[in-house]
Parts: sequence; C-alpha cells; structure tokens
Amino acid sequence: MASITMDNLGKVYAGNVRAVTGVNIDIADGEMIVLVGPSGCGKSTLLRMVAGLETITEGTLRIGERVVNTLEPADRDIAMVFQNYALYPHMTVFNNLAYGLKNRGLKKAEIDRRVKDAAEMLQIGQFLDRKPRQLSGGQRQRVAMGRALVREPAAFLFDEPLSNLDAKLRVQMRVEIRQLQKRLGTTSLYVTHDQLEALTMADRLVVLNGGRIEQIGTPMELYSRPETVFVAGFIGSPAMNMLPADYLRTLVPAEALAHVPQNADLIGIRPEDLALAPPAMGEIGLSGRLLLLEPAGAESHLHLVFDGIDEHVVVRLPHVPDVSEGATLQFSLKREKLHPFHQASGQRVA
Amino acid sequence: MVENNRWGNILAHIILILGVAIVVFPVYVAIIASTHPPGTFVRGVMPLLPGPNAIENYTTVVTQGRSQAGTPPIGGMLWNSFIMAMAITIGKLSISIISAFAIVYFKFPFRIFFFWVIFLTLMLPVEVRIVPTFQVVADLGMLNSFAGLSIPLIASATATFLFRQFFMTVPEELMEAARVDGAGPMKFFKDILLPLSITNIAALFVIMFIYGWNQYLWPLLITTDPEYYTIVMGIQRMVTGGDSEPLWHLVMATVVLAALPPVLVILFMQRLFVKGLTETEK
Repeated sequence: MASITMDNLGKVYAGNVRAVTGVNIDIADGEMIVLVGPSGCGKSTLLRMVAGLETITEGTLRIGERVVNTLEPADRDIAMVFQNYALYPHMTVFNNLAYGLKNRGLKKAEIDRRVKDAAEMLQIGQFLDRKPRQLSGGQRQRVAMGRALVREPAAFLFDEPLSNLDAKLRVQMRVEIRQLQKRLGTTSLYVTHDQLEALTMADRLVVLNGGRIEQIGTPMELYSRPETVFVAGFIGSPAMNMLPADYLRTLVPAEALAHVPQNADLIGIRPEDLALAPPAMGEIGLSGRLLLLEPAGAESHLHLVFDGIDEHVVVRLPHVPDVSEGATLQFSLKREKLHPFHQASGQRVA
Repeated sequence: MVENNRWGNILAHIILILGVAIVVFPVYVAIIASTHPPGTFVRGVMPLLPGPNAIENYTTVVTQGRSQAGTPPIGGMLWNSFIMAMAITIGKLSISIISAFAIVYFKFPFRIFFFWVIFLTLMLPVEVRIVPTFQVVADLGMLNSFAGLSIPLIASATATFLFRQFFMTVPEELMEAARVDGAGPMKFFKDILLPLSITNIAALFVIMFIYGWNQYLWPLLITTDPEYYTIVMGIQRMVTGGDSEPLWHLVMATVVLAALPPVLVILFMQRLFVKGLTETEK
C-alpha cells in the first residue's frame, strides 16, 4: 500500500524526441487512476516510466516516501499486467505465478500459500499445472493478474490489459478487476485507450494528449465539465458536437446565450442534451434535417445537418423515435447545457 | 486446391521415386559392396546382391583397420570424429547463443558493427582461410590435437545469426515481465530464453554435428599422427594409402560405419524436434 507521486515527470528520447512533458499526478493510497488518451499520447510511456521499464529523464517519481527514479522494476514494489499478458510460455501456471517470488527468495511454503490464495481469488486453481498455451484468452488474463497479485505489491500497473479480449469478456474482466482492486485496496495505475473502460473503472481519470495532461478529475467531472476542447471531444461517445458560437448567436434569442462569455467562439453540446421537442420558455430551439437514424436498441443516434449551417450533428435519444430520414426536426436545448470554449487556446471559458 | 488427378499423381510419384532412387542407390551399393570378398571388384562387375563376407569385413575394419597402409582400426577414428564433432557443435552453440544474446538484448557501442563483423565471417569458411589458419594453429602448437581440430571450426556466424533471428521474435514483454519479476539479464537468459530456444538448439545441434563430423580438408591438413585421424579423412587414407589396389570391400565397410553416427543423431534429435514443436509457443 502506498501513494504514487509524479512530480513534473518528463521523458525525452535520444534524438530529442519528447514523449512526456511536465506530468504532475498525486495518486492517493488505494486509488485507481486511469490514464486515457489516443494512440501515441504518451500514456504507455508514462506507465512504463513508473514501472521502471523506461528511464525517467525529468522530474521525480515517488512510490510511498521513496524516490524510485533509478530503481530497477523489481525493487520498486510494483506489479505489472501486460497487454499481451507476457506469460512465460514454457512454465506452468504455478511457476508463472511463483517465478517472481522465487527470485525474491521467499520460502517455498510462503510461495505455495500465496499462489494458492491468488489462484482461488481468480478461480484458476484447476489450471495450475497447465501451460499458458492450453488456456483461453480470459484464463491467460487471469493468470497475468495472478502474477501481479502474488507479489502483494504497493501498486498495480495495468497496460491495456483487456484489449486482447473479446467484447463480452472485456466487460466481465473489467468488473472483476475493479472489484478485486477495491477489495484489496491496492493503488493502481491503469492505461487504456477505451474511454468506456476509463469512465467505468477510474476513481480519477487522467486524459493525456501529446505527452501532456489535458485534465485530471473524476469521470463525471470530466464528462460534465471538460476543461479543454480535446477532452470534450475525447470523452463521450458519440462525441460532443462542436458548433461555432456565432452561428448559435444568430439563431437563438440573445438572452439565451447571455451567460456565454464574448470570447467563446466554439460551443460544445452533448448529443444527449438535445431533446426532440419544440423549445420551452428560456430554452434554445434548433432545427435540422435528419440524414440518418441509427437505432441501437435502448437508444438511437440521429445524424443531422442543422438549418443554416453545414455542420454534422449527432443527437442521442433514449428511445427510437418514429421519424423518417429527410424530415426536418425540432430540438430544444437547456441553456446551462452549453460548453463554451475558446478555439485558439482550446480552453473552456466558462 | 489442386484437383486430385490420377495421372498427375502417378507422374508425381514416378518423379519422386526416381529422385529417391538416385539418392539411395549409391548408399545401397556401398552397403552391398561392404559384404563381398576382396576379389569381387577387381573383375569390374558390380554385384547388386549381398555377398557372404559381411561379418568378416566389418570385424576386420573394426579390429585391425588396414594396418599395413598406416590406417589404424576405425574404432579410434570414430571416437576422434565424435570428439571433434561434439567439440565443434557444443563450442559453436554456446558461443553463438551467448553472442546473439549480447547483440539482441544489450546496448553497447558499435553493436551493429559487431553484428556485421560476425556476419561477415559467413563469407570466410575454413576452406577460404585455410592457409593462414593453418599457420596460426601451427604457431600455437595445436597440430595433432583435438584443440587444433575443433577450435578453428568453432568460429562461425551461422548459428549466431539464427539465434539472433529467433531472439528477435521473442516478445519484448517477456523480458520486461522478467525484469519486474526480479530476474537480471543472466537469470532471464537461463530461465526463459534458454528453455524457449530448445527447439532451435536441437535443430542447430543436428546441423552442426553433421558439419563437424563431415570435416575432411581441415583434419587432413593438420593431423599427421594416426592417433588423431578422423574417420572421414581416414577413408581417404585407406583409399590412397599403400601401393596395392584399394581394398574396396573394407573401404565400403568403413564408409557405412562412418555414415551411421549422423543418422543416429538425426533419429534421436527428431524426437526432440517434434516435442519442441508441439510444446513450445511464444
């Protein structure tokens, strides 16, 4: 059990290639932090820096009270779960779990106890004598988890551990990992590019872009109040609609946008904040032509072009409406649901 | 898929059978020839059925050799060949797996340069560098010794290159997982890389053993003492040694015995191949 403190962490590769810049994150003891971002945003590099697999070129990293910048991975008291599991193919499941413990010189009885405990927790007890190739993807994932568990580390590091599983198994393992992490109360750092995974698992979410932190916060904070255009576009599916503020100002009664600062030139609107109804008093009214209706079971996605502007807009409704493609539809929007941004700086302005 | 064509099948089989016959026929002749009495070959007609002298011929080569021509009994030569082939094989394998490990997993200055230097030696087999190599071996006083027979043949790049290619296919995460598990480089090598390479080692063992066993020119050059004669060069001595006609029946018996160990190595190692292939997975 320990906290992890990243103080101005940075990574510059040989040849002056910057991967990570000025990262400050304080992970509290027992907290689950998810790093999320597009490919190449530096999230995996950052995780590997914490693990000790990449050197830290700037800043300080503390696990607990210790500065661990130059320690070997094995000496950092962490355990890592790899994307492709990285199980030792020639060892049985038991030996895969026990290898790290043997290297640390633990007694055989202690190793046995820990492996048995972990195997029971992960329901892989009956596979202990098998080789990894005799296991299914989900079982291998559990073994990889088990290898992290038996070390009883101060922190778990997960590097996209679910991306090799099929969709159904992914949801199941997601729940299991989160339950396990809560039960053990182990500080965790989890990397993913899947925003649903990020939103559902994180105590706090860190959105990275271009090696820098865009925003840190609880999933709901990030969802309901994105601080940058990037976060607004990245978190949420379908993505937030971005409309020019000037366009909205011409459409709606002036007082509806009164609370939006003058320097806001881009307005974000979540797809689910547009309701298929004429505007009530004080609400903003918009109308557009329906290009495509995508029913998705419990909800539906409407692709539209709003009148007077050439922007593609997506609306999410909690039902499948009885409308036909090509029709012009009326939408209403509550004024407090606007997300005003300043386009040039990419920052939220109110 | 190619459709099953009756005539195509027959034609294919004829070609294959012909190919096998061309390869197997000389071996068959050698075996047959080793069972005939001395006089048979002088007549100029090659018999195609076994003769009566098998046991006698084989006993002669094993116990006496062709002593009057300066060729010792072949037991000693077989043993010499075995020692030389094993020394070359084990030497090559251990040096090349370690150097491949260094080249793939460690960053040191001029790493690529060293790789290419090793790779370049592929272009310099013993036959090409035989005169300078002889000089070096002679100056080091290694003529007529097992060291002289095997050491100059150990330096080669083939195995290094193959191990390098194999190591590059081992996922990097395995190494990282081992680091997180507290295994240093040598421990990783011993506990993970070596067991994963078993199949490759077995395959290379076979190739290298046969390479070592079949060495002809080099042992011929540096051994003058019959005590260090190897079997392959011994056959040559048997044919050319002495003033009389070559005793073909004895030569052929020796040839058959000389061909046996490589065959046994392949038969034995084949089981390991199959085991390795079915049980290993990256």
